[in-house]
Order: sequence, then C-alpha cells, then structure tokens
Amino acid sequence: MTKNNSEFIITRENKNYEVVIGLEVHAQVLSNSKLFSSSSTKFGAEPNTQVSLVDAAFPGMLPVINEFCIKQAIKTGIGLRAKINNKSVFDRKNYFYADLPQGYQISQYKYPIVGEGKVILDMPYGQKEIGIERLHLEQDAGKSIHDVDPENTMVDLNRSGVALMEIVSKPDLSSPEEVNIYIKKLRSIMRYLGTCDGNMQEGSLRADVNVSVKQKGEDKLGTRCEIKNVNSIKFMQMAIIYEANRQVDLLEEGKNIEQETRLFDTKKNETRSMRTKEDAHDYRYFPDPDLLPLEVTDEFIDSIKADIPELPDEKKKRFIEKFKLTPYEATILVSDIETSKYFEEVIKDSDVKLSTNWITGELFALLNDRNLEISNSPISAKNLSKLINLIKNGTISGKIAKTVFELMIDGDKDPEVIVNEKGLKQQSDPKELEKLILKIIEDNEEKVKEYKSGKDKLFGFFVGQAMKASGGKANPKLLNEILKNKLSK
Amino acid sequence: MTDITSLTLTELVKNIKVKKLSSSEITKAFVERSEKSKDLNTYITEEFSSAINKAKKFDEKPNFDLKLPGIPIAVKDLFCTNGVKTTAGSKILNNFIPTYESTVTQNIWDQGGILLGKLNCDEFAMGSSNETSFFGNVQNPIDKNLVPGGSSGGSSSSLAANLTPVTIGTDTGGSIRQPASFTGTVGLKPTYGSCSRYGIVAFASSLDQAGPMSKNVKDCSLLLEVISSYDPKDSTSIEFKRNNYSKELTNNIKGKKIGIPKEYRVEGMPNEIEELWKKGIEYIKECGAEVVDISLPHTNYALPTYYIVAPAEASSNLARYDGVKYGFRTKGKNLIDMYEKTRSDGFGNEVKRRIMIGTYVLSSGYYDAYYLKAQKVRRLIKKDFDESYGKVDAILTPSTPSSAFKIGEKTNDPISMYLNDIFTVPVNLAGLPAISIPAGFDNEGYPLGLQIIGKAFDEQTILNIAYSMEEKINFKNKITDWWIK
Repeated sequence: MTKNNSEFIITRENKNYEVVIGLEVHAQVLSNSKLFSSSSTKFGAEPNTQVSLVDAAFPGMLPVINEFCIKQAIKTGIGLRAKINNKSVFDRKNYFYADLPQGYQISQYKYPIVGEGKVILDMPYGQKEIGIERLHLEQDAGKSIHDVDPENTMVDLNRSGVALMEIVSKPDLSSPEEVNIYIKKLRSIMRYLGTCDGNMQEGSLRADVNVSVKQKGEDKLGTRCEIKNVNSIKFMQMAIIYEANRQVDLLEEGKNIEQETRLFDTKKNETRSMRTKEDAHDYRYFPDPDLLPLEVTDEFIDSIKADIPELPDEKKKRFIEKFKLTPYEATILVSDIETSKYFEEVIKDSDVKLSTNWITGELFALLNDRNLEISNSPISAKNLSKLINLIKNGTISGKIAKTVFELMIDGDKDPEVIVNEKGLKQQSDPKELEKLILKIIEDNEEKVKEYKSGKDKLFGFFVGQAMKASGGKANPKLLNEILKNKLSK
Repeated sequence: MTDITSLTLTELVKNIKVKKLSSSEITKAFVERSEKSKDLNTYITEEFSSAINKAKKFDEKPNFDLKLPGIPIAVKDLFCTNGVKTTAGSKILNNFIPTYESTVTQNIWDQGGILLGKLNCDEFAMGSSNETSFFGNVQNPIDKNLVPGGSSGGSSSSLAANLTPVTIGTDTGGSIRQPASFTGTVGLKPTYGSCSRYGIVAFASSLDQAGPMSKNVKDCSLLLEVISSYDPKDSTSIEFKRNNYSKELTNNIKGKKIGIPKEYRVEGMPNEIEELWKKGIEYIKECGAEVVDISLPHTNYALPTYYIVAPAEASSNLARYDGVKYGFRTKGKNLIDMYEKTRSDGFGNEVKRRIMIGTYVLSSGYYDAYYLKAQKVRRLIKKDFDESYGKVDAILTPSTPSSAFKIGEKTNDPISMYLNDIFTVPVNLAGLPAISIPAGFDNEGYPLGLQIIGKAFDEQTILNIAYSMEEKINFKNKITDWWIK
C-alpha cells in the first residue's frame, strides 16, 4: 500500500538505501500492584518505599502472579488483534546487576501470553499494516542512581517487579514517521483499553529500536543493530536517522555492520556501541520453578473480550459512516480516547460539522497553547456544545463566537450567560438593520455615487461601516442582503 | 521417672495435657541436655533463654487444645525465623536476621511449639554428610567421627541425641530420609506441594519440600499434620484434603499391595542392606500386606537427572546472594569485583561446584543437551511410578545404599557422596511422599533405614505401613552419650 514517494530513502552517489525498523516496546501495565507482589506501583514515591520482601528478593520469598496484570495483557492482546495463548510460561532471565535483586528477571521467553497480531497505521499515503510478533509479560528492574554519592551507586527498588508488557513488532516499519505513528497508535489502543497510561515522561512507555539498512529493491535484510531503551518518540526518530546513516556510511566504505547493542546519546545525537554479539549476555533462560505454567481458558478470554470498548479503528469507521467525517478528521478525533469522548459529548446536541471544526481548530489550539490534555480542558464539552448551538441558530456570528470562546476559558463560563451579559447577541432584526444602513448611505453620499458608477469594490466599505455601527453584532448574511438591496436603488 | 528428653513427642504432649509435666520442665530438660551436648555441634543458633521464657509464659496461660502445647522444638537453619538469625549453613548469610517467618515454622508456633534453636545443616542444603556447613561438622551421636547424614544433619543428630523431641528438615534429594536413616530416626518427605516453601531458603525449587523428623511414626504423623497446609503465598502449594494423620494412623494394612522395584538392587550394595530389605519384605507380609515385584526402568537415570535439575535451579536461586541487599559482603573496586569477591568468600566449595554445574547446563548451546533432556527423563521417571501405582499402593526400598560413613571419608570424592542419594532422589524428581524408618543395624552396629514411597498426596498409607512395620521391627537405637563428659 505504501507509495514510492513516501518512503524514507538514504541516498549516496546514485545508490538508494531503505531502512528496516522493528520495535520492542516496553509498556508498563496499568495496575495498582506489581506483577508478583502486592507493593504499590505509584510513580514518584520516595526511593525504596514501595518494596516488598519479594521485590527485594529476600531468602525464601516466592512470586505469586497478580491476576489483574494477566487480564491487562490479554486485553492488550485483543486490542492488537492478536492470538491469545491458552498456555504460557514464565522463565527466568539470569544476569547480575545491582538493581536486579533476584539475579534474574522473570519474563516469558518461549511461550508468551500473546502471539501474532497487527496494528493499522493511517499514513498520509494510505493505511499500512504493522505485524506484531508477540506480547509477553515481564518484571521491571529497579533503578541504579550514579550521581547522588561520589563513590557509591544508589539503588531504588520501587520499580523492581512492576509489570511490563513487551510488545515486539515485525520489522515492518520503514521510516521515522511510521515509528511516530506506530507508537502513537499503540499508545492510543492501550489508553482506550486502560492497560497502559502511555506516559513517556514517567517511563511507562519505552522502546528498544532495531535498525538495519539495505539497498532499495534488495530482498535480504541487512545486519541489524539494537538501540536500547529510548524513552521518547523524538529520540527514537533521531536515533533511527543517525543509526541508518551510520550503517549506510559503513556499507559505502565497504565495511561490514556488526550486530550489536547500542545506546543513544541524546546530548550528542549519536548512537554508541554498548556491547557486541560476542559480549552478549548468556541469559540462561529456563522455566521459573517457583511458578506453574499460566493457563487461561477460552471462557476467561471471552469474558475479557466482552469488556473491550470500541477501539480507535472501529470508532473511526463509525465516525466516518455515521457523522460523515472525512477520514482525516476521524483519525484526529479518535486518536485519543478522551478526545473522542469529548467529541461525542459535544455532538450529542450540536451540529457535527461545526463541532468538528471548533474542536480540531479553536479547542486544539487552546490546549496546545496551554499544554493541556483534553481531559483537563478549560472548556467543558457541555459549554462548547452550547456555543456551537448559538452559532447554528444565528444568535451569534462565527466571529463573535471566537470572542465568546475566549471569555469562556476562565472558569468554564456558560456562553449563553456571556452573550446576554455582554450584549453580544447578533442583530438579526431586518428593520433595525435597515435603519442602520440607511444612516450610513446618508452619511456617505460621495461613496454611494462612486459605487453606483461602477466601483463595486466599495461594497466592502459599506459592510465594514455597518458592522462597526452594529458593534460587530449585525447578522452578516442579512446585512449583505439589505445593503445590496438599498444600494441598488 | 525416665529422663524427659527420651520421651516421644506423643508422650510429652500427653504429660503436658494431664499436667504431669509443665512446658518449663520439658524445655529446661532439653536445654540442659543441649548445653551438655555442644560437642555434637548441632546448633548454629541457640534460643535457649528465649525458649525458657516462652515456656514460662505458656505455663502461665496454657492452651491444651493445641497440638504441640508448649513443646520446645529446634529446627533446621534453612527455615526463616522472625528475629532469629537464619544462615542456611552459609557464611554468606551468617549475619542475616529475617523479619518474617516461614509458613511451616509459623504452623508449629501456632500449635504451641516453642523455638529451641536453629540446627546445623549442609550449606544451602547441598550435601549428604553435613560437612559442607560453614559452621563445621556435626557429630552423629551413634559413634564418634561418624557423619549424621545431610543435609539435615544437625536435625537428625539433635533428634537422635534427645536434644529436641522432634524436628523439621528439608528434603531436595534425600536430605530428610538419609540423615534419618543414618541416625536411627524417622523422617518423612511429603508430596511436593504439601508443605509451603514460603520462607524456606531455596535450594532447588521444583524439588524442595519440608518434612517432619521424629523418633517414631506416631510423632511423625502428628508433626506432619501440623506443618502441612495450603499456602497462597507459594504458587506451587497444592490445595487438597489433608488428613488428621495422627488420628487416622492405623497398623492395619491388610490387603495393601507393596511393590518391590528390582532396579533398586544396585551393584556393590552391601549384603547387610540386601538382608535388611528382605527382612522388611517379611515384616510387610507378616502385617498382612501383599508383596508385588515391580519395575521402575528409569531408576538408573535418576541421579544424573537430579544432578542437572537441582544445580540448574540452585545456580539461579543463589544469584540473589550478591552482597548488595543483605548478608555478607566483601568490598570491591567496582560492582563486578564486589560480586566476585563476595561470592568467592561467601560460598563454600560444594555450593560453588553446584553453581558452576548449574550455570553450565543452562548455557546456550548446552541447554537442550542437558537441562531439557533431564526434564524429559524426569517425566519418564515419574511415569514409571505412575504406572506402578496402577498395581501397588506403596513401594518398599532401602533408604540408602550404605550406613553412616566417617567424617572426611567422602569429602574429596563428590561422586561417591552423590551416590549416597541414589534411592532417595527418584522420589523428589517424581514429587512423591516417602518415609524412612529405622529397620536394623549393619555389622558395626550403625542404623540402617527402609524407605516406603507412596502415591502423591497419600501420606496416610505410607505412615500406616511404617507404623505397622515399626511394631514388628521394634528398633532400639544404641546411643551411649559418649559426647557428654
């Protein structure tokens, strides 16, 4: 479906290189307690205040699975249109690190809870399907803090044991822009489902980015490098552009690309080698003998399915069919569940077309300006709906509506009250308007003569004068009609 | 009146309930004898004065409805005890004081038991002679310089020497049954999933089970009844109907079918063990049970399978002892250096050996050939038992291929040490219950044990068989108190 002109191509002396990208997204499961313990997962607590004996790996402590996290993973799998596996296994991934108290991470290796699925991206050049390889559950590690003490590393175990979903895509992404849309779509789906808050600042969503390059038209994939733990879309895009160019340069110099793990330095905007394939850890995965294989019945999966809300793709389809929105408008309005809720609330009693324009225009500009989420919008859906009705029924003009909108922001004021208090009601009485127009004709004899002698452009002048005289409240359509009529006499 | 410490648990409970003895009198008796028995080196941590205080408190407000009313009990130092140092016999935990209690020990205290102290054991329960403990060898009261078995060697020795009326051990490959056999005592490994592993320092998670050790079968059934419980804190704990084992104990085993597996007749097994086994078969017949020849064809592979599965799990379970969070630490130049120094200094040789074996068999490239294959063989071993249990109710074997050996005799020959577990490890691999009871002596006068293996969750049947055989055998331990000056 991808059209040629939309590809991300790196060119070197007549040679065109394509980029192949696969993502391993780590999404924190939205859950009050950890994957294998009852400790809180709340963000921002004092270090080591949300740590149980299990999280700190005390002798004889045993993991007990949190059923809610299982449900969340299955829900997400359903949102990714993926196969839910009736049987999955928790494995131990063994390695030593100061912030890994057990000396192993409990993860799923051979048998993940969710199998293959897909995510649809709406690109300017059409829809593109990105394959999902798998989704598995695993524990997060703690945090090593190196800059508090000059000699020692400090460890904060609050995150230790927090449930993560690792969502592995197929290498179907081919540009930084597709990565942007993919991450936003994943985030959107999970927020619809309530399975991950998608908050990248708090680390709820991070990704390992796999990048390789190949000459255009070549079937065989190039050697890939994995860029670890990138925590914003912007950095992912920067890292991809840097890394793809680095690889192309190596190929151009006739050198080989070594499969390795790299780190993205956000300050220098470059990737750096972290470890090569030879130094790769041998994680010695094996099934965790403290946990039995996880078995979920079809009935259990079905009961979760029954709880799945309308997801972005379905909602978009409905918006287009039912409300006659353009695909572009629909995509914007469904991208975030709160936006779609706001939209549906506004249009309950208001004109769809006007609502769409006002939400995607004035309201988005306002939110953007104040860096607010729509859930914290200073103007409620109810009041915006009222404002739109005032426009629609001719009480105020679109222009006055903008003034009213500004006045509504502070304290979510009722637009009807503003219009009444400020006397902003549109002048739609033909007799009143006629009076006003006749006065202007009287006061501007010269201009009237010029107009009548063929200077059509002066019509605007009369509209302006009349509008001014009405204090901007004249119904513009009516004003035009009457003015034309009077001037032609 | 006879010495208090020579009474069985059942007798002590009876004496307390009829107010013939107080908890204080009993506790003091065991404390005094323990004080005189330091040469056995069975205790790592003594809780004597605290035990006497608790006994006093019990006597002030006794509750005779409990199953272990005011009974002092020393436990293996692998069970975490709230506020009391828990070392697992290792230097790496020699300063570790848990803030929590294992479910099994909690069950004992809930029934009126009083902690006497923490008993010596092989480091992280890895050993068959108690010689790998950081806290030194334990003497077997049977004879000087004789090992008490392992890994629950401090437990078996204390029990046989009357330093505790009963005790608990853990059994990963025979660590309850073999020391019981070496000291002329009774030891039972329950079905995997019967006793919670919560709060027990892990060795090999898929094999570890706590179990009772006692002077007779009746005591064993009573203690099992106390410690066996479903525990949601252990995901491998199993919910099933647990009997009142002591109440339902009967010596009537008429009509029961007992299997004799030909594969347990191993090459080089001493004649006296063979004779003991034959005697056991005779006793069983006298009790009215029927003896059936059976085959467990994969028995030969049990030991190599065990020495892949157990070290693999151990290598991962012991990764948490890294000097970062608790326990022993040697300073290092950096994190890796600190890890290496801490673990080099903190672990003993046997533990290091098993960590290395385990790390090796899990390594990429070797995983399929070792760990995966071992798991497959493990299933075959279990299948052997499952098929036999279509024909028989229980299986009778010797507990060990030899009697207790001398301290130092096998320390430089790990394979020969491992071979001592040959009759006990198949049971752990299959997750089954088994009991070892004293059944006779070798030419030196050292005790020998017989093992009765049961169906999963059918502890009652093996207890009943053991109970009826016990009457016939009428075993009396020959202990001279040689260590008391």
